[in-house]
Formats: sequence, C-alpha cells, structure tokens
Amino acid sequence: MRKTVNQKAWFFVLPVFVLVAFNAAIPLMTVINYSFQETFGDNVFFWEGTRWFKQILQSDRFHGALGRQFLFTFIILIIQVPLGIAIALSMPKKGMGVSVCLVLMSMPLLIPWNVVGAMWNIFALPEIGFLGHSINALGIDYNYTQQPLAAWFTTILMDVWHWTSLVVLLSYAGLCAIPDAYYQAAKIDGASRWSIFRHIELPKMNKVLTIAILLRFMDSFMIYTEPFVLTGGGPGNTTAFLSIDLVKMALGQFDLGPAAAMSLIYFFIVLLICWVFYNLMMRHEEQS
Amino acid sequence: MSKISLNNLSHSYLDQQNNDQDWALRDIDLEWSNGGAYALLGPSGCGKTTLLNIISGLLRPTKGEVFFDEKKITHLSPVERNIAQIFQFPVIYDTMTVFDNLAFPLRNRGFSEDKIKARVKEIAEMLDLSQTLYNRASGLTADGKQKISLGRGLVRSDVNVIMFDEPLTVIDPHLKWILKSKLKELHQEINRTMIYVTHDQTEALTFADQVVVMHEGQLVQKGTPVELFEKPKHTFVGHFIGSPGMNILSCELINGKANFSGAAIEIENKPISHKTYSKTQIGIRPEFVSFSNTGIAVKVLKVNDAGRHKIIDIECDGGKLKMISSVATTIPSGTAYVKFNSKYTYVYGDDWIVGK
Amino acid sequence: MSKYKWLVPTIYIIFLMLPIYWLLNMSFKTTTEIINTYSLWPQQFTLDNYKKIFTDSTWYNGYLNSIYYVVMNTLISVSAALPAAYAFSRYKFLGDKHLFFWLLTNRMAPPAIFALPFFQFYSSINLFDTHIAVALSHCLFNIPLAVWILEGFISAVPKELDETAYVDGYSFWRFFLKIFIPTITAGIGIAMFFCFMFSWVELLLAKTLTAVAAKPIAATMTRTVSTSGYELGLLAAAGSLTIVPGAFVIYFVRNYIAKGFALGRV
Repeated sequence: MRKTVNQKAWFFVLPVFVLVAFNAAIPLMTVINYSFQETFGDNVFFWEGTRWFKQILQSDRFHGALGRQFLFTFIILIIQVPLGIAIALSMPKKGMGVSVCLVLMSMPLLIPWNVVGAMWNIFALPEIGFLGHSINALGIDYNYTQQPLAAWFTTILMDVWHWTSLVVLLSYAGLCAIPDAYYQAAKIDGASRWSIFRHIELPKMNKVLTIAILLRFMDSFMIYTEPFVLTGGGPGNTTAFLSIDLVKMALGQFDLGPAAAMSLIYFFIVLLICWVFYNLMMRHEEQS
Repeated sequence: MSKISLNNLSHSYLDQQNNDQDWALRDIDLEWSNGGAYALLGPSGCGKTTLLNIISGLLRPTKGEVFFDEKKITHLSPVERNIAQIFQFPVIYDTMTVFDNLAFPLRNRGFSEDKIKARVKEIAEMLDLSQTLYNRASGLTADGKQKISLGRGLVRSDVNVIMFDEPLTVIDPHLKWILKSKLKELHQEINRTMIYVTHDQTEALTFADQVVVMHEGQLVQKGTPVELFEKPKHTFVGHFIGSPGMNILSCELINGKANFSGAAIEIENKPISHKTYSKTQIGIRPEFVSFSNTGIAVKVLKVNDAGRHKIIDIECDGGKLKMISSVATTIPSGTAYVKFNSKYTYVYGDDWIVGK
Repeated sequence: MSKYKWLVPTIYIIFLMLPIYWLLNMSFKTTTEIINTYSLWPQQFTLDNYKKIFTDSTWYNGYLNSIYYVVMNTLISVSAALPAAYAFSRYKFLGDKHLFFWLLTNRMAPPAIFALPFFQFYSSINLFDTHIAVALSHCLFNIPLAVWILEGFISAVPKELDETAYVDGYSFWRFFLKIFIPTITAGIGIAMFFCFMFSWVELLLAKTLTAVAAKPIAATMTRTVSTSGYELGLLAAAGSLTIVPGAFVIYFVRNYIAKGFALGRV
C-alpha cells in the first residue's frame, strides 16, 4: 500500500506513545538511577559508579541463576517446538473435531498463571495429587519439594502443559494456510510423508514457527509466577530462575542497587538474543 | 500412453443426494484415444476440475469406473496411474533448485543419479529452463514456475497422461501466448495424451484436437472445434462458443416443422414427431444470418463495427438477434428481411438438439 | 498410520484436562477429605467451598477486582491502539519504523524488572492499590500487542475505502467511527481477546501494585495457603472459578478461531 507522508500522524500515535513511555521510561529511569547508586534509606543516595554491575556480573549467585535460566529455556524449546509441530500435524484440517480440539487446547493458555502454579503444586504432591501419587505408586520415589531433579521435572512438565498449545495453535494456523494443490502435487510426485514435511510443510510454516520460537524463548526466559508458586525457587535455590532471583533481591531484600543493575543486565541479554534471532530470520527471508 | 475410458461416472461431494444439484458430475461416458490433445471446456463450477481429479486419482468417484487401456484403475493412487497434473498456480518446492525440483519425482522412484541428470537436462532443454537450472526455484517468475511444474510431469518417461487445470490463470497475458505455443509444440514432440481444462474457449479451441464441453456436471458435447461451432448439440454449447454466441430464441414445433416469428423455418435436424418438450428453441449463429429480400421481418437496432466484420443487432417478432455481416454489406435502414442458412439452423428441445 | 492419527491430539487433550479435572475434583471435597483420603472423585460431594467464595466478600471481591482492571485495561489498550495502528498502516512519518520496533521491545522486557520501579512510582503518585494502576501498568505489554494485531488487519483494508469516503465528504472521525471500524471488527475482537487474556493471567504486577482495595483473586488465593492454614478445598474452588472467564471467552470466539484458521490468516 502506498503510504502518504504525514507528520500529523504523530497525533494518532500520541496516546499509545504516552501510555507506553509512561510505563516504560519512568521505571527505566528509576532503574538506571538506582543501578549507579547506593542508598541506606531515607532517600539519600550515593554515587557508586559501576560497582553494582561489576558485583552482579561477578556474583556466583547471578551466574547460578543465569545458568539455570538458560538450561530451562533450552529444555523448554527442545521439547515444546517439536511436540507442538507434531500435534499440529496430527490434527484434522476440517470437520467437527476441529473446533472442539482448538477450544480444549486453548484452555491452559487462559488460566491465570498463579492458578497454574497452584494447580500443579497440588497435582504433583505425593500424597494428595494425582501425578505425585501415581508416580510414587509406580515405585519411583518422587517428592518435588525435596528433590531438585523432581522439582525440575515438575516445573518443566508444568510449562509444557501450560504453553505447548501456543506452538500447536500457531503451527496449525501455518499448516492450514498451505493450499491443497501442494499436497496433491506431492502425491503425484510420489513423495514420502517425511519428504512432504521437509519440503512443503516446514518451509511454509517458517514464519509462524519463528513467531512461536521467539515468543516461547522470551516468555520462558522471563518466567516468574508459575515456578514461584510451584516451588518458590526451591528446594533451596535449585529452581530459582532469573526473574525469581531478581524479585527476591528487589522486593525481598530491597537491595535496590544490585537489583537495578541486574534488571538492566537481564533486559539487555533478552534484547540481544532477540535482536540476533530477528536478524537471522530477516536474512533468511531475504535469501528466499 | 493410454486410451482413457470413463464409464457411467457420477460424483457427489455430499453424503446423500436428493436431487440433481447435489451431484457434481452426472453420468459421464467418455473415451479418449492415445496421444491426443483434448480440452475440457466449461464455465466455473461445471465439474471439470472434479472430472480431472477423478482421472488423475486425487478423487474417488461416487459411482462409475475409470479405465486406462482396458485396465480398471478407479481405485489406484495417482502414483500408480503414472499421470502428471499441472495446477492453476505454480506448485514448486521452494527450498530446492530448479534441478532438484525436476529431479524430485525421479529420485522418489529410485532412479540412478546419472540417469536423473541426463533426463533433467533433456527436459530443461525442451522447456528453455537450462539457463536457470541451478537457481533456487522460488526466484523464478510465474511462467517459469509453471514450466517447472510441467517439467516435473514430463521428466517421467513412463507418464501416461498429462493434465492441465487452467494452468495459465496466473500468467501475464503477453506470456500466455508464448506458453500456449510451447504446450502445443511439446504435444507434437512427445506425443502423449494431454487433457487441458479451461473456461476460456480460445485456449480450448486452439490447443485441442477434440473439445469436451461440460455444463452443470454433464457432458454436453464432444467434438472437434469445427463440429462444436457448426453443430452445437446443446444450447449451452451454442451460447458458450463463438463470439458473439449463437442466437437462441423460442419457437414452436408444429407437425415436425419449426415455427418462428410467425413463419415456418427450414431446419437442418429432423425432429421426432411424437416427442414433446416443455421448451423448444431455435438456434442460429450470427454468422449464418443474412439479409435477403424476403423472409423474417426485422428492424435494425444497432450496427457495431468490429473491424473485420460488423455485428448488427436486429429485432423481430420472435425476439432480438445478432447477426454478422461483412464490412462491405450495405445495411438496409428501417425494416428489412433476413433469412437463416438452413444448413446451420437447428431446433432444440429442452436445451438438447432435437432428433438427429 | 493415519488411522491412529487421532490418537495424538486425543492423548494430548487428556493430558491437558487432567490437572483441571483434579482441581475440580478437589473443589467439591472438604479439606479434611482431601488430606485424609485419596480418591479420583469426591466421596462426600460438597458445595461448601463454592458457597464460601460467593458469600465471603474477601473472596468474591477478588474476582470483581480482577475483572474490573482487566476490562479497564482492554478498553484503554484497544482504544489507544486503534488510531495508532491506523497511522502506522496508512502514513509514513518521522521515526515510524523505530517507534514500531520500540513498541515491540516493551513486550520483551521481563516484568520482574518493573516490579520495584512500578511499586515505587505508583505509590509516589498515590495510585497504589487502585484498579487503574494495574490497568495502566498492563498497558506496557498489551498496547504493543494490540497495535501489532490491529495494524495487520487495518493494512488488509484497501486504502481506496478511505479515499472514497474522503471524496464523499466525510469528516475524518465520522469516517473512522462509522465506516472504517465496522470493517475491522474481527481484528478488534482478536485484539481485545489477547489483551483480555494477557491481563487476566498476569499476576506479578497485579500483586505488586495492590494491597486490599484492588486486590486480585490471585493475591487472595495465596493468602489461603499461609494464614488460614492449608484450606485446599477452598483454594481449589477459587482456582476453578478463575478458569471460568477464560472458558467463557473461548467458547464465544470458537467459531472465529476455527474460521480464522480455515481462511489461512495468521
């Protein structure tokens, strides 16, 4: 579409700009402000330079949380993306079953995140939860409040339960957009099922998969409520991911300086990875 | 190469059929011999794509059988039938090069790489794709992509029939003509049965040796372009073919003779006297109406100069007609008389040509 | 293989329904029964938990508060996003691409980093513990999303419509409200759906910015675990009720979802 040049368009954009800037700029300024200063209360601040940044970047605690976060996000992506695609491939394209499927699959996405955490908290308890009880009944000693491995397993299972449907819905939308003629031509060419997936479905789902992977990366990297309600970061701090650690520092210990510095570092890591990913995707699109 | 026979073919997309409208195809009986170029002509929704898909095996017919030579193939998959189909818009494998696209069907069938290379080069040569052979297929223009689709069909030397489902739909007009000639050229070169589905009569009439006209799921007429023009068996064929189409007006059938605009008209076909119809019409092409001193009284309404000839709108008691006359003819003003060339005048009962 | 294809979505859906079923199961049991007996369905079916929630104002207020700020946020976000999306779609102006990208980056910020600054900021302007505070803070994430969705739908409407209205003598706002908006109702519906969804489920900021007056149901639920002992039955009932609005919304838009997929538009 040919766009006309019109600087008055800024008036249209003004409400949005104000609302978002208001919410973004002010906290950001506050955060930047704190990250360079020290306070002992009473609104008295002392300039500390880059001390907080150095402290965070060198702290074992931060490294621990960062490492855990990367591991978590990595496992999540490895499970949810192929699983989501596989489920989308198995869903019917037409017929009555479709809306039932879509409605039921969307349900986990609409449950408040703390309820998700609370649900799984109880669901996985050894005595009163279906999952906990069943696993223990099979002979496996399972208690997520005390065993780090069980805690990780439960947290990951919970996230898979919660978010895979997003990948499924996006992949399904991408699949539905493929015209029948492609499948017909592939049939005539004698292509195998794997061939069809590799040469028709996967390339055509490129855009939606990129959105899905980007969203899942971002959201899993910033995850807070669900694991917090489920394990509180424990046992100990074995499931304390970046957000959980940050909030503990900021609202729990009120270490404003280090918390602010960590916030900025956190934000920049996310921004950097998104930027890299976005550029890779753009370059790939230009090539084709 | 195969002779294709369709026996009593009917197809419905619904589970239950209550009336004629529920059927996409009704009672198709057709035979096409080896190596010909055929066209399936008809307006949108007449069932031609359905028929094509039944022949290629993408669709199983509700009733009836399909034979290649004498072998019944109604339940065979497309791969087993050795057919090729080119669709309305180019279907290519975006991530592969042109070479890999053309090689794909052969690789799936397990041919050796040497054989594949030779064959692909041969076909690329035929289709003028040799220059772009190692480029990414997605970078080609629409007509290039259609050529790749065509190439994937031709690359298999055992292919029986090649089917085209309105393949020029997305091609630019000035490239359409080039592609059309290429198709005709190819047909003469490789001599395989080709079936071309279209709603464009020019495409059909120029490409095909024999045209099958379809209307509302039924096979209305099969014949050479000339036959279809000179003796349409159904009012739809008269209408659809020719520009402008045949004049079709109500008439009466009295004692085996046609009565139009108050006068008896000489007709070419001989009606069966004891048959009755709910609707009788007379059909005459504008090309076969001419001015004369006696005959049907008409009033000249408008004269359209079409360059090579004139198209004249006239009106008589029986209705409005179009006629075509040469540039040199003088048009009488006011009332005039026209006559119909009886050799090409027909009576239609309930839309079908009456008698023989 | 294709005969058993239906097994995959079926197993997946069963997997999804299990924890929800378990929650419902517990909501109809008394807390004593939950702790003492393990059973797949209530031995002594009771509606007490639900009764408590509907009668105790500390509980049902939680729901009302949540719905209040979610609806507020949806209305604010979509109303602000509409003219902005129109501008992004139809006009070129200084900094337009950068502005658009900046909007999207806000979606990328971890909410955790805003917890403290928002807390201090909204307190300082005396908006702590109000619905509007939560509604406004959620704008940070919802407005970029709404703009992104609406821009896509608006761009699909040909500019000729605008030009025709202009030639016909419509003033801009009359055109926008009477002619343009009706053409993008599907897009507005989708944007509202997503805003509702994200605001309803987000709870870090909602909890941080509220105390008593605007306390969302989430905060009320956590209270159950700590102070009144482990009131599991009540907790389960409260949780089950939070699923209801979501299920409702999904039920109403189910036709649009299926149709949207059928049309092949992402």
